[in-house]
Amino acid sequence: MYYNEMLDGGQVRAPYAMLSDWVETMPSEIRQMKQAEAEALFRRIGITFAVYGEGGDPDRLIPFDMMPRVFLQSEWRKLERGIKQRARALNAFLRDVYGRGEIVRAGRIPAQLVYQNEAYEKAVVGIVPPRGVFSHIVGIDIVRTGRDEFFVLEDNCRTPSGVSYMLENREIMMRMFPGLFRNNRIEPVDQYSELLRRTLASVAPAKCEGAPTIVILTPGHFNSAYYEHSFLANLMGVELVEGSDLFVDGGFVYMRTTQGPKRVDVIYRRIDDPFLDPLCFRKDSMLGVPGLMDVYRSGGVSIASAPGAGVADDKAVYTFVPEMIRFYLGEEPLLQNVQTWTLWKDDDYKYVMENLADLVVKEVHGSGGYGMLIGPKATKAEIEDFALRIKANPGNYIAQPTLALSTSPTFVEEGVAPRHVDLRPYCLCGDRVELVPGGLTRVALREGSLVVNSSQGGGVKDTWVLSE
Amino acid sequence: MLSRTAANLFWMGRHLERADTAARLLDVGARITLLPNTDEGYRNEWESLLRASGAQQPFAERYGDQINQENIESWLFFDGDNPSSVASCLERAREGGRIVRTALTSQVWDALNTAYQELRQMQRRRGKVDAAELTDFTMRHSSTVRGAINATQLRNDGWHFINLGYSLERADATSRLLDVKYYVLLPRVEFVGSGLDNYQWQVILRALSAHRAFHWAYGGEITAAKVADFLILNGESPRSLLTSLYEAVWNLDGLVRRYGEGVPANASERARQTLESLMARDIEAIFDEGLHEFLTWFIGEIGSISTAVHEDYFSGRM
Repeated sequence: MYYNEMLDGGQVRAPYAMLSDWVETMPSEIRQMKQAEAEALFRRIGITFAVYGEGGDPDRLIPFDMMPRVFLQSEWRKLERGIKQRARALNAFLRDVYGRGEIVRAGRIPAQLVYQNEAYEKAVVGIVPPRGVFSHIVGIDIVRTGRDEFFVLEDNCRTPSGVSYMLENREIMMRMFPGLFRNNRIEPVDQYSELLRRTLASVAPAKCEGAPTIVILTPGHFNSAYYEHSFLANLMGVELVEGSDLFVDGGFVYMRTTQGPKRVDVIYRRIDDPFLDPLCFRKDSMLGVPGLMDVYRSGGVSIASAPGAGVADDKAVYTFVPEMIRFYLGEEPLLQNVQTWTLWKDDDYKYVMENLADLVVKEVHGSGGYGMLIGPKATKAEIEDFALRIKANPGNYIAQPTLALSTSPTFVEEGVAPRHVDLRPYCLCGDRVELVPGGLTRVALREGSLVVNSSQGGGVKDTWVLSE
Repeated sequence: MLSRTAANLFWMGRHLERADTAARLLDVGARITLLPNTDEGYRNEWESLLRASGAQQPFAERYGDQINQENIESWLFFDGDNPSSVASCLERAREGGRIVRTALTSQVWDALNTAYQELRQMQRRRGKVDAAELTDFTMRHSSTVRGAINATQLRNDGWHFINLGYSLERADATSRLLDVKYYVLLPRVEFVGSGLDNYQWQVILRALSAHRAFHWAYGGEITAAKVADFLILNGESPRSLLTSLYEAVWNLDGLVRRYGEGVPANASERARQTLESLMARDIEAIFDEGLHEFLTWFIGEIGSISTAVHEDYFSGRM
């Protein structure tokens, strides 16, 4: 049985009452017109994710559902506390494992899980970034299974994407349905870009004098998230640079401008660690800046997220986040993890292999909904096939129960129907830890589907937090 | 402003102007086929068009000696192999615009993007669209983009880079078109001053969308000296070398004023020298010097100014 966020025990829940009326009184031709208008807006503004090399139109739209997803203030406050707590613990963990490694010494997390991890960056051992923050934007994926039951599905400590959708979904809803916003007290989210700019400015390196110069480093316009990169640069009023726009000289990073070199203090990078600096990581990287890591080490520039942050967000380390919260903060976790079996443990392995048909199995480093098995939806042959892959390398997999993801009302062909959703809020960590009231709600548009990824038939919704 | 952003704006301007040139050539070509045929067919005129776009060689590589309307249309409008085709130029202008989205107003982006989306639809109907429609399409969209730039862009350094691209490209295109006259016609001395000679000067006027403007400005018979004067030294003619270069100088001066002394101004200086040198000539002097020799000098100057723009602003000097 799935938790329906609109209907609880057959009654329309308070936060959805007004929306329920709104839907019922909207004629279907108006709805279709509005839907077409929304799509035209997305396309005109250019909010697309680019897919090159697959043929067809390289500019694709992520389907937008006009029915918002709603949280009560009280629900949100609880989520907010849990998210901030988690973001703080993850950063404490990163500080620790690149320093003395107390949590490993204390035996609270296995050493090999940290130090043998692919994402553990030996090049940054001993470096404490400004304000001790490694992950400046923490995207935490949350699912709901009941009225008061929220679970964290995974953490994203590197460069979580999708925040442009959170902002643009809201803009488009406000433009198309101003009445909804006049008649409801909906907490705004558009302060996000200013908070992000402030957060990045707050971690400027010690050598920076005066107001820091911030840039966003993009892999370039062929990247699927290029729109988001240029969107954020525009909102913050900072330059969007590619690796070739930057160079290193005398212990600082500069960008090439029409008025000569200009020093750069904070780089919000949207490229992965291995591509940052060909002198330090992958030698064939054309996207990075030779010598960047030397400047970073000597405190000439800040990089957000800091190189090495990825070790906190793989699916194996995930199982230890509640431990991190207890260890570093001395608190009990406010948001629970989904129960997880780690297949390199014999007991867990045995249990999972016997119950594949009921479980979801994921690759430790996989993402985007690929490389996973959803037991209840898989055929016998698919399960057997996957079992062979697990046997070959058990350490590469974790398993979780099939979650009863909550549903939120969604526009479909025939009207409105429940569809499964998740939530990704974006927590900002600098001199303060901050969160705008909202996030990106992803929805599985296919009936019965539990996969919300845009690459597999997922869409997005505006996410509302009602103020009291 | 990032050097790369400035370079993209500059090249966006150049590509938009180049698309316009390709479309005007296509228009002329289509017009020629409406006139009574000659013994040799239209071959000579078609070839002069290819020369005008500097494309005889690559065209031959692709189509051999099949110089006919269908192939020329395809070459000038659709072909991705031709870096100066309307489609290539619009795609690159739009891609450049996408890269520097933050430096463009939404109206400019909208106009560029709409042109691109409609171009994709045209490409699907390739072979079923007539030349007039292709020309109209290009003229309409290039005017819309140009209008959006004029009406909405901030008058900042980005504005100067876009317009610098437009004006240098235009100066280059006009001089190359004029040079065609030398290559195709002048060697055949017996034609000079003949009806055919004058007709071909008309073709050049038409290629620059200037045949009506010419009559307003000069009246009377079309002579080589008048046409050349109109296209080289007339400050009212929108595509003349003088007007184009003057606009380039104006935009470079704007950059120099904005950026002050810390930034080298070699491009501006070079452009000003060229402008003075151009203004010191009259059309008789140019004909005495030799039209081809003059144009070779001028095209070289435009190239040097372009290089200096690159060094002054796009290299992110150390």
